[in-house]
Amino acid sequence: MSAPSTALRAGRDPYHVGHRAPGAGVPEYTGHGAGGPAPKRIVVGYGFWIFILSDVILFSCFFATYTVLIQARNGGPGPREIFDLHTTAAETACLLLSSFACGLTSLAVARHNLLWSEVFLAITGLLGLTFLGLEAHEFYGLVTQGDGPTRSAFLTAFFALVGCHGVHVSAGILWLGTMMAQFPAKGFKESIRHRYLCFSLFWHALDIIWIGIFTVVYLIGTITS
Amino acid sequence: MTWLGKLTWQAIPFQEPLPLFSGLGVLIIIVAIVAWVVIKGYVPYLWREWITSVDHKRIGVMYCILAGVMLLRGFIDAIMMRTQQVMAYNAPGFLPPSHFDQVFSAHGTIMIFFVAMPFVIGLMNLVVPLQLGVRDVAFPTLNSVSFWLTAAGALLVNLSLVIGQFDKTGWLPYPPLSELRYSPGVGVDYYCWSLQISGIGTLMTGINFVTTILKLRAPGMHYTRMPMFCWTALASNLLIVAAFPVLTATLAMLLLDRYVGFHFFTDTGGGNSMMFMNLIWAWGHPEVYILVLPAFGIYSEVVSTFSGKPLFGYRSMIWATMAICIISFMVWLHHFFTMGAGADVNSIFGIASMIIAVPTGVKIFNWLFTMYGGYVRFTAPMLWSIGFIVTFAIGGLTGVLLAVPPADFQLHNSLFLVAHFHNVIIGAVVFGVFAGYMYWFPKAFGFTLDETLGKWAFWLWLIGFWVAWGPGYVVGLEGMTRRLDHYSVAEWRPWLVVAEVGVAIILLGIIAQIAQIVVSVRTREQRRDITGDPWDGRNLEWATASPPPSFNFAVLPDVTDQEPYWDMKARAREIGQLTRPEPEYTPIHMPRNSPTGFVAAFLAVITGFALIWHIWWLVLLGLAGAYATFVVFAWRDHDEILIPTEEVARLDRANRAARSAALQHRQLRRETEAQREPRE
Repeated sequence: MSAPSTALRAGRDPYHVGHRAPGAGVPEYTGHGAGGPAPKRIVVGYGFWIFILSDVILFSCFFATYTVLIQARNGGPGPREIFDLHTTAAETACLLLSSFACGLTSLAVARHNLLWSEVFLAITGLLGLTFLGLEAHEFYGLVTQGDGPTRSAFLTAFFALVGCHGVHVSAGILWLGTMMAQFPAKGFKESIRHRYLCFSLFWHALDIIWIGIFTVVYLIGTITS
Repeated sequence: MTWLGKLTWQAIPFQEPLPLFSGLGVLIIIVAIVAWVVIKGYVPYLWREWITSVDHKRIGVMYCILAGVMLLRGFIDAIMMRTQQVMAYNAPGFLPPSHFDQVFSAHGTIMIFFVAMPFVIGLMNLVVPLQLGVRDVAFPTLNSVSFWLTAAGALLVNLSLVIGQFDKTGWLPYPPLSELRYSPGVGVDYYCWSLQISGIGTLMTGINFVTTILKLRAPGMHYTRMPMFCWTALASNLLIVAAFPVLTATLAMLLLDRYVGFHFFTDTGGGNSMMFMNLIWAWGHPEVYILVLPAFGIYSEVVSTFSGKPLFGYRSMIWATMAICIISFMVWLHHFFTMGAGADVNSIFGIASMIIAVPTGVKIFNWLFTMYGGYVRFTAPMLWSIGFIVTFAIGGLTGVLLAVPPADFQLHNSLFLVAHFHNVIIGAVVFGVFAGYMYWFPKAFGFTLDETLGKWAFWLWLIGFWVAWGPGYVVGLEGMTRRLDHYSVAEWRPWLVVAEVGVAIILLGIIAQIAQIVVSVRTREQRRDITGDPWDGRNLEWATASPPPSFNFAVLPDVTDQEPYWDMKARAREIGQLTRPEPEYTPIHMPRNSPTGFVAAFLAVITGFALIWHIWWLVLLGLAGAYATFVVFAWRDHDEILIPTEEVARLDRANRAARSAALQHRQLRRETEAQREPRE
């Protein structure tokens, strides 16, 4: 009587959940891979997504060591003495705005608009560079006042965690520059758009990591200890 | 000479004849091989067909060759250690302590990272896309980069033999011993950088295979129709993606400590060395399952094929695999119960370690029940599988014993522990890859391996293993700790002599395997696999020619059953002809070969070597080269080649004809047998 069960029995998949009767090799992409190999865009995006997950695990190790070593001051300063939340707020603003610009680039790329793609990508990069400049300034200040990473295990963990994010942002900017050269040179062909998809995933993921750093390192650090 | 960093003539071990001459020997062999290749004019062929190849089958074969060569190196280390312990009763033996320490560190590092890993990954490369019924992995060029980075790591480890020294801290560089203060030489740096380089390769393999298995399968292949080897490969690669970043992060921290004076694990400045144990084993325990799960998959394929039955309890096998995949992340602390985490923590990890034996037990029973009632053919791969079940069951039981914290306090760091992990790694992983190697060799090369020598190899390995490591349990219970370069306890000596005999028997096994290759290659014309299905197999890898064409399948198979190829064959046998009429052939796009992987590995060796010896300008040069390689690769316009219809048709028609003929032949034989039967 009920329509869905009849459809299932007939070997179709009305709700596209990928559960089909045996023998129904339907050439549709249901997300479960049973309809044959997925299209290139899905494969590339999916693979890069898996890479980002592995990168998140890399960061989780640095987060874990940071929380373990936060009290290991070795007579040196703690979070409250060295963090300046104004700089952190500016850094956060830069990164979040750059993510917004990155989103606008995605829209321009989807419209195959070279001018706006390049403009928004440049804004993304400049905001990223500003972030790096602020971070370098913070690191430089700490090192010159004698609170560098070799001072204590706490500072070791802090520099490693935040620095690891900074290294990722730097790599992202290198990639961004390459993309800016590729759009005019290669046009909006499929492989270039896939590459941009990966870049934007990477850039947004770095924002998410930063939210974690902002919360765990800067906010909780200055409030509690 | 500051522009060469720490590198001076002192780095060459002129005073130590053993590493010097073995290093020179290896160098001469390499030069001889290269010269032979150049003189014979094989360089263009090798470059075109192998070095720049992005074909998953070629890459798989290269992984297995790397593993085989490294197995010999690691095994020589094993002979040296066993011999030292026979000689060093109340005596110094033939190895000075600093050399003995390097030997056991190199043995462990090489056997895990450059034998077991590449062998397992090589077999996955060779087989998984074929079993999934597709034409390649998700990212073929990345796959080539992965392989070459692994090879680069292996090269760096072996370079330490002649330039400088290797790590003396064991296969895992525990701080504070591995910190700069106590290990000022380049040994730990060699270890760290070679593993960082090969680790990146492994991580990319993980990403590649997870994507391949989840997103690229033949039409109709549901999750519950995937061959068991693909399931275990999926679990293993998920573990790689989740665990290898932890290794990368941990070694990066150790390197920061050593290079720029950070305080992660130092005993000054507030560092915490136990954090290293936790981090390294959060990678290390899943690593055990990264190796063993694909081996379980191989046994599942072999046992089912040679019992002529579908795998018993297929779905329970999936559940067991995925349960092991997850629980393997919850047991790491059992590697250091003696850390002093307290009774509660130790109990939780002890119980978790025992629980993981449950899904493993499910698997053992599934294999036994697959054999039960089957028509079992005792071929060499099947012998490895049966030998595994017995050996692994005992190794697993000693593992459960070690999972009991109070027992572990007694056995920690003793030879009992060492015997246990050799029991599971040799008994499960090594036997597994050998079973897989003998099982899939005809698929890769188009001819079968000699069965008699294969069986000899099996028996010699099995007996040799027990003679070598049975005594390990005994001396372990008698209190012998691991890594002793000399000792003075008379009771241990006879057992260590027996162990040496065991190593000699394993050596005979290895010789039998080399002989097997030589004999099989020489008689390959008689042992051709014409149809592509030499074992009466059940999964899709046997549905194409041996060796498969570069595109694997002219038309992607349509999967309608859990054992797609068996299902196809059964229907073909019923109707007496191939199930599919000749398809309409179309040209096939395949990824183009690329030297990116080779160039990346070359730069990785240069950069790694420069980092080890603090040659900073060369580091910058290497990194700039890596970026340039990346840009050149990103800039290429033609990344695919087109295989013309005629070529596709020619290859597929030849295989169809061979299969058709084999089918007719079988029908005829059946009919003759049927006529003969009434007389009996």
